[in-house]
Amino acid sequence: MTTLAISGLNVWFSTEDGPLHALKDVEFDVPERSIVGIVGESGCGKSTLINAILGLLADNGSIEGGSIQFEGAQDLVILGPKEMQDLRGPRISTVFQDPMGALNPVLTVGRQMVNIQYRDGGSTAEKRARAEEMLSLVRIPDAKAALDRYPHQFSGGMKQRIAIAMALMMKPALLIADEPTTALDATLEVATIELLKDLQEEIGCSVLFISHHLGVIAELCDEVVVMYAGEVVERGSVRQIFNDPRHPYTVRLLECDPARQTSRSRNLPTIPGEIPDLRQRPAGCVFAPRCHRVHAGCDQAQSLVEIGEGHAARCNLALEPQTAEATA
Amino acid sequence: MSEPILTVDDVEVTFPVRGIGKEGIKGVAGVSFDVRPGETFALVGESGSGKTTLARAVNGLQAISRGEINFEGQRIDTMSKAQMQPIRRRMSMMFQDPVGSLSPRMTVGDLVTEPFRIHGAEGRDMRAETERLLSLVGLPVDFATRYPHQLSGGQARRVGVARAIALDPALIIADEPTAGLDVSVQGEVLNLLNDLRERLGLAMVIITHNLHVVHHVADRTAVMYLGRFIETGETEAVFGAPRHPYTAALLSANPEPDPDKVHARISLPAEVPSLLSRPAGCEFHTRCPWAQARCSSDAPGEVAEGARRHRCYFPLDPGAMPPGMEGAA
Repeated sequence: MTTLAISGLNVWFSTEDGPLHALKDVEFDVPERSIVGIVGESGCGKSTLINAILGLLADNGSIEGGSIQFEGAQDLVILGPKEMQDLRGPRISTVFQDPMGALNPVLTVGRQMVNIQYRDGGSTAEKRARAEEMLSLVRIPDAKAALDRYPHQFSGGMKQRIAIAMALMMKPALLIADEPTTALDATLEVATIELLKDLQEEIGCSVLFISHHLGVIAELCDEVVVMYAGEVVERGSVRQIFNDPRHPYTVRLLECDPARQTSRSRNLPTIPGEIPDLRQRPAGCVFAPRCHRVHAGCDQAQSLVEIGEGHAARCNLALEPQTAEATA
Repeated sequence: MSEPILTVDDVEVTFPVRGIGKEGIKGVAGVSFDVRPGETFALVGESGSGKTTLARAVNGLQAISRGEINFEGQRIDTMSKAQMQPIRRRMSMMFQDPVGSLSPRMTVGDLVTEPFRIHGAEGRDMRAETERLLSLVGLPVDFATRYPHQLSGGQARRVGVARAIALDPALIIADEPTAGLDVSVQGEVLNLLNDLRERLGLAMVIITHNLHVVHHVADRTAVMYLGRFIETGETEAVFGAPRHPYTAALLSANPEPDPDKVHARISLPAEVPSLLSRPAGCEFHTRCPWAQARCSSDAPGEVAEGARRHRCYFPLDPGAMPPGMEGAA
């Protein structure tokens, strides 16, 4: 069963300067028990996508066509606010970049963890026991005592693990993690992604993982979705994307990672140009104005070209392997 | 070798905390370093290790409780606010959060010329200055009429850079200049800073926890842990052969964009001690895989090895792996 199947999703925002097409024909699956990473520059629509899935688009945003099938049973696009509210938390939960944003500074961790179980019956003692169990699961030492402490009494890495414990407490089917390790140093970042991987396997949930950090994506995810200007430009397994990228944007993005520059260089690679104004999308390929391989066929709208098992790219050159030194 | 432009000597910053007596907690606990003209010095360490506090202390935004800070031959930590005013022309600060550090009600043109108004504009042609600064940071001149919310993260960073260089400073302190930016935009901002460093002969202090960035841009690097420098040296030397176990662990943990990479990692217990109860002896011994009896009782001082310094009784040899993990490499 597929945990999340998004197809033909279009999101528009109405703005003072006219309608803005924020997500265009977005299509990908999050298979059961898998970790899918989303990468792309700021403004590529990652946050809009999360909000569309959660049913939390701003008032001026609307979903115009497409579907978001959750667990093969419900289409989140047509679900009402009340039903969405019942899903958020127990079935779909979230972890964000800043754990302090998820924790109430004036309540003890235990109190908050008991409170979020408000839907369940049972005594407070049972809920506390469950909270303690979750804290030990995310390797908080002396979990029982930790329940009576306040968020500020924990370090940044521990706060993020507490936020993860709270997100996974109801054993959701889908966890959406938006840059959860950005504020941590490398040792804690690695510890957090290893923990996330272990918990995902133990609970059997799926994870949609958003990060700028290509190293973390490579290490944690099974599949990767590359977004540009509100479109999925490439998707595939983590090996397909990192070892055999077929969309010029993916190629350039990977080249920009300073971690890929083996020799020390003061001059880091960039992608010249800007994301187009989404109020006036280019008629053809959305990446063409910045693309190093642009040619006559690019003024036509591009469709996702299947390259191999699960690997597709929105480029008419997708069937040719890309060369590494594309920057010439 | 030119004279240092900035010298920080044994600086300590304490914060009062209710209920633990007069001493308070030490956010920065005895740090010394210097920066020379044209040099890039990086401070790395996790959130809460004291990087930003140290930067604020250097800039005079945070009083220090011990030590001495000298900038361009003048002692600045004892200066009054009025005396600091002209110093801040020569030492500018780029704060974290690109959009948040720009006033939402000012245009880009007002924002980049605000430093002149604060420090006395004396007959400068503001329009010409706006054009000069925007072109220096690679923004079109018509951006002068835009507001911060109309900028992308990278553009907002460029405005931050323009403000920082407006008064021809000799030193820029950049606090997480690329946090939250994508790799492509991150490259643009770092290239811009580097280009300006070369063209204007600036010295820079960069605060970051992205080790890949440090490797490419910094001449020298200091690794902070619980408010102290646990290792300092030329970036290439530190990255090539870390002497302190925490540096080695940081470098081995750094996730790389290769799904097939086999990691020989030095794994550390994730419990970072609190500043409220600093461990006795070496403050890293609670997480150190190599810790020995002596480490939990005696605090190691700073050991100099040529241009490098570290705080460890048992510094590592290249390629060392913790006991029990030797075969993993």
